[in-house]
Amino acid sequence: MATPRTDVREPAVDDATARTLHERMLLIRRAEERLIVACADGSLPGGVHLYIGEEAVAVGACSVLTDRDYITSTHRGHGHFLAKGGDLDAMFAEIWGKATGICKGMGGSMHVADVSKGILGANGIVGAGFAIATGAAWGARLEGEGRVATCFFGDGAANQGSFMESMNVSAAWELPTVFLCENNGVSEFTVTSTVTGGVLADRARAFMPVEVVDGNDVLAVRAAVGAAVERARAGGGPSYVEATTYRIRGHLEAEQHMLGGGTYRSADEIAAWQADDRDPVLRSARRLLDAGICDAAELERIDADVRARVEAAVAFAEAGPAADPELAPQLMFGPTA
Amino acid sequence: MARKRLITAINEALVEELERDPKLIVFGEDVELAIMGDTRGLVERFGRDRIRNSPICEQTLTGMAVGLASAGYRVVLHLMFNNFIYTGMDAIGNQMAKLRLMTGGQMELPITVVAGYGGGNSNAAQHSDTAYSVLMNLGGIQVAVPTNSADAKGLFKTAVRGATPTFFLEAAGRGGEMGEVPDGEHLVPFGRATVAREGTDVTVVAIGRMLKPTLRAAKALADDSISAEVIDPRTLVPFDEETVLASVARTGRLVVVDEARDRCSAASQIAAVVADRGFDSLRAPVRRVTVPDVALPYASNAEAALIPGPERIAEAVRSVTEKQFA
Repeated sequence: MATPRTDVREPAVDDATARTLHERMLLIRRAEERLIVACADGSLPGGVHLYIGEEAVAVGACSVLTDRDYITSTHRGHGHFLAKGGDLDAMFAEIWGKATGICKGMGGSMHVADVSKGILGANGIVGAGFAIATGAAWGARLEGEGRVATCFFGDGAANQGSFMESMNVSAAWELPTVFLCENNGVSEFTVTSTVTGGVLADRARAFMPVEVVDGNDVLAVRAAVGAAVERARAGGGPSYVEATTYRIRGHLEAEQHMLGGGTYRSADEIAAWQADDRDPVLRSARRLLDAGICDAAELERIDADVRARVEAAVAFAEAGPAADPELAPQLMFGPTA
Repeated sequence: MARKRLITAINEALVEELERDPKLIVFGEDVELAIMGDTRGLVERFGRDRIRNSPICEQTLTGMAVGLASAGYRVVLHLMFNNFIYTGMDAIGNQMAKLRLMTGGQMELPITVVAGYGGGNSNAAQHSDTAYSVLMNLGGIQVAVPTNSADAKGLFKTAVRGATPTFFLEAAGRGGEMGEVPDGEHLVPFGRATVAREGTDVTVVAIGRMLKPTLRAAKALADDSISAEVIDPRTLVPFDEETVLASVARTGRLVVVDEARDRCSAASQIAAVVADRGFDSLRAPVRRVTVPDVALPYASNAEAALIPGPERIAEAVRSVTEKQFA
């Protein structure tokens, strides 16, 4: 794993932005904590892959994007969806398998998408986003209006061949693609270092500018992705940003029931990443306090608001009508000429 | 009407559609020089922003087609030979075929993938497959297998203007075939078979490249007073079940000729449809004339022995006309 640079000075953000970034991260955190409960109590029809611990990456990156920019997401996509402006109610309804879901209950947790907001979808295939983002970036370049396509992917996906292929096309055609690696050190249930040769960032260095940042620092991610996006918008081609982070929950919820008592990392390692000075949400809260942007009472208030928002989304999801089974055959083919 | 080569008809369709829709993009493997001829001359006319050679990386090309379509473009992706879809399979099987449903209908994917198929040219097994059987089972993928110049042009235009990922398979070696093409706007709807030869004793469905040897067989059979009705399905997804069932209702017999390997071939699907929906009409067992479950060899004599030809087709037709259920 490459060492994050510490010499990049974070550009200051105004107080309102700092507060918004914190709220966004907290929304993802509280929403997913609620999914842990819902998954455990059997409310959800399918599995969920949680993003807890990685919120700063999605929020920092999406804070420099607009609805007109494209993102491709991963199987761990709730955070990207919410950070890019996806609706929490519609996402929960989707995860609950309801007709009111953002994909009408046809996609589920691993496939939340809102094309109207440039969210080209979470994706159940590890690494599928490389080429989709590259194609969208090509469209953006042809259109010439300064849109960019940001591809969220993990260190696991970086071992797919299409990572190299897509970086190659993006570099050769100077496409506005931002390859954003969420390096959390694990590939599903396998420690990535045991299956990876060389340094991931070096793969990208062959094609484009590279920045490795502390992925649990929302301002550092925002600065690095901001520079990459600015370059892409100006016609400067693709960039690679690697955000060093950590996945607190399992590859999917309730994975312990599938692993037969086996483990691939230690409880101490997980706990270390949850410490006050490492957890992205706790760090952001500390920063707001230290900078005098919020006092403890206001942070409490923000948290209470976010929790209420999450409970409202649960109520919306639960109240929604069941998905329509008749819809599936209707959705397979588009209209003909 | 004018006589044109099949490949010229496709080229014409491309030119007309590129003129019609500035958001139509053509990219893929060697589309600028175009070994098959279908995309030849386009880059000079429409420029490299719209007609572009790609690197050879099917996994990314198929995915890029999805991304480009998501960004509001119509896409023609040329993969040269249909065996190359296997390297590009994720975006075909998991993305193109599924995303419309998985996004609750948010994502329209107007993508036409062009590739040559079939054997008979000593290209050996990795350039000779008939991959439509695979494509037919993926979900939201349409498959066209035109057999003549007019249909090639009309089906191509329909595919490009639609909103569903469509595989437009060109019979390898048919670029030189001449045929009449109607002047002016010419669109052929998907899911409508044509009767290539009328007959009364047996229905023969001939898929794509198999039409020509089937018509030859039908001519020979006519000399023996066996009247074969030959149906060209034109598209496999959607498939015109009604035309085939109506024909079988008259003839009582069905032979399906398919260059795919026998197991799970398009012929198997068509036979199953008629068994399900047309069983009462059948007076003899359904016969499939296909390639055995082997990879096509290189040597021309070995290859020719495996691909259905007029003799094997005629023999199959004779076998069902001689048989009759009690």
